[in-house]
Amino acid sequence: MSGWLPFDLKRRGFMGAGLLAASAAVIGTKRALGQADQASAHHGHQAATTGSAQYDAGNHMNAHGEMITIGDVDYARNGFDPTPMLTQWETGTVSILPDGRRLRSFEVTAEDKEIEIAPGVMFPAWTFNGRVPGPALRATEGDRVRITFRNFGSHPHSMHFHGFHAARMDGIPGAGLVPPGGEFIYEFDARPYGCHLYHCHALPLARHIHKGMYGLFVIDPDPEKHPEMAAAARSRLFGTPENAQWQEMAMVMNAFDTNFDGENEFYACNTIAHCYAKQPIKVVKSRPVRIYLVNVTEFDPINSFHLHGNFFDYYDQGTTLTPTLRTVDVIMQCQAQRGVLEFTFAEQADHEPGLYMFHAHQSEFTELGWMGMFDVVEALS
Amino acid sequence: MSLEQTSDVPASRPWTKLLWALAPLALLIAALWWLIAGNLLGQFSNGAPPVENLTIERTILDQNGLRLLVRGGGSAPMTIAQVQVDAAYWRFTQDPPGEIARGSAAWVAIPFPWVLGEAHKVTFVTNTGATFEHDIPVAVETPQATSLNFAAQAMLGAFVGIVPVVIGLMFYPALRGAGPALISFLLAMTIGLLLFLLIDTMEDALEFAGRSATIFQGPMMVILAAAASFIVLLGISRRQGQPSGLALATYIAIGIGLHNLGEGLAIGAAFAAGAAGLGTFLVMGFTLHNITEGVGIAAPLLKLQPSLARFAGLALIAGGPAVIGMWAGSLAYAPHWSALALAIGAGAILQVIIEVGAFLTRSSERPLNGLMTPPVLAGIAVGVALMYATAMLVKI
Repeated sequence: MSGWLPFDLKRRGFMGAGLLAASAAVIGTKRALGQADQASAHHGHQAATTGSAQYDAGNHMNAHGEMITIGDVDYARNGFDPTPMLTQWETGTVSILPDGRRLRSFEVTAEDKEIEIAPGVMFPAWTFNGRVPGPALRATEGDRVRITFRNFGSHPHSMHFHGFHAARMDGIPGAGLVPPGGEFIYEFDARPYGCHLYHCHALPLARHIHKGMYGLFVIDPDPEKHPEMAAAARSRLFGTPENAQWQEMAMVMNAFDTNFDGENEFYACNTIAHCYAKQPIKVVKSRPVRIYLVNVTEFDPINSFHLHGNFFDYYDQGTTLTPTLRTVDVIMQCQAQRGVLEFTFAEQADHEPGLYMFHAHQSEFTELGWMGMFDVVEALS
Repeated sequence: MSLEQTSDVPASRPWTKLLWALAPLALLIAALWWLIAGNLLGQFSNGAPPVENLTIERTILDQNGLRLLVRGGGSAPMTIAQVQVDAAYWRFTQDPPGEIARGSAAWVAIPFPWVLGEAHKVTFVTNTGATFEHDIPVAVETPQATSLNFAAQAMLGAFVGIVPVVIGLMFYPALRGAGPALISFLLAMTIGLLLFLLIDTMEDALEFAGRSATIFQGPMMVILAAAASFIVLLGISRRQGQPSGLALATYIAIGIGLHNLGEGLAIGAAFAAGAAGLGTFLVMGFTLHNITEGVGIAAPLLKLQPSLARFAGLALIAGGPAVIGMWAGSLAYAPHWSALALAIGAGAILQVIIEVGAFLTRSSERPLNGLMTPPVLAGIAVGVALMYATAMLVKI
């Protein structure tokens, strides 16, 4: 943790100077934010932190001190907020087909939208349903899935799903690429169960992906199809009492190249740089945590996830009910790789309530915005 | 109303003239109003973001971190949204806060724990996502304007500026009683060394100009300032006829002094930027390099008997500015000020070249041939060569 402190604590003189600067920074921050009409619900809390002369262990801002983006993002203007986004699952409309199978219908639109990806920094995004990442679609193994996709954007777009499907449904040029103003219906069986993704597969691919056209596509296992692992499957099945015990979160590791030079200026989990650092994710200590994690970072070969003070079981691609990796605290993902992370703060005696950091363990990504905090509490207040 | 008619009515003439002078201005205002109110450029708006430009003019490193003076120069006011140091986002304060208007400057302070002797990179991210980078090649604490530093820098400045000029001037007794050929040679050598300094100064001025904000149009500013200083100094020197003797020596000293100001600025800036662990060798190099300047100042005085005080005065005029330059340079002032100072120096040097040339011509019976004699040609060549050779000691 001390590595995250901006100043060496042993060098007292320097630290004093740093604190002086920190207090100066508070005044400046207020002014800098004051003039831009950014909603700053959060603001008093920041100011109090940076200004305090003594290190208050209970205060999460100490963990990154001065090294963080300045200000707050206007989530109302963006139309999406990364904190509720963690648990916003799009389950579609369910109906029963003549053969008795379940049909799950989704409606997705593509639209151009300028979004604020870091405080004060606007990015001309291409979005699914007006948000980046796009809606986290969730179905159950064996469902017939029908996605009505309308392109209101200025360029041709598509939805390319990672999953079993017909060539005609692939979402590449010639198979479901939709011109501006057009519409296409993708239809396939939801298989295999796992943590998947969809993204635009229009060309040039890199531009269409990094502009924001991606999202999670989670297929829950059907317990009836896995009698030997029914309990594990039921805990993954959205809507069951077993599943409700879990604190599930949708996380998309992404990045933005704001000056279009082929290198990312901002890295994040769910688009907004440092969002979960400034607004830690509440986790109830007694209940287990499950994260559906996908990496869609463009321009960098890999991204990673590291959890502080804890270890997790990892299900690569989520297509198994037994972990592919046990008791790890770092995993790597190349682009479009994804998986399920399961961990708990309930079992170790050392796990006191408090702030547990998580971030990419590429320091550069961390320091450019991909860093957050779990605020482990006994109970939600 | 015809011209004849206006001349018939002298009483109304001033008014009419005023009206005619106001008419084009009124048209200009009307045209601008039409351009803005009628949104004539609206149809050219293609959705492209405004052109942004940011120049980093000063970099101060101290116990509180980094402070940078930035100047906006885009097509519209711009906003610094975030600041990275070494690819990490840092809190920062901007003074004055808010948008940076075209041509205006602001201080950005970052509480960054820089590492002595290592390189850092500051990246400014604007609200459109554009980035502007600034390298700190070697991080050292920016010298503060304290009396202790001032004394140390003055000492160094004296070594680089005053000492060599004094040494050069001390050749005076040995050179006295020289024949016309030797005097011509020495004066021509002065021209040669001044030519070298002219090119050197212009080069430095343009380099500083290149680093200054676009709005100042660096190269054009340098050339205009040099021309203005040339014309003004020429005008002053020609008020009492063509200068010779002590007056000429004084003008040479002024020209050389302004050049040494530039040298001082360069050394001071090297200090501030941490670029030079300024070696003893380098200081010695500057000292040797500048000895020729002292000889040049002495050359027009060989037929006179100036007092010792006058020599001291000349040495101060020619060498003293190195001290001032060192002070100013180490405080890391914005590059356009250095460019301006050097441009003025270049103009002064050109003026002295003209005057020394004119002096040489006058001292010969056949004016034009006076510049074509073997001693003169050899003198110019030796002057340039000597400066070039000694400059090898100081160029890194």
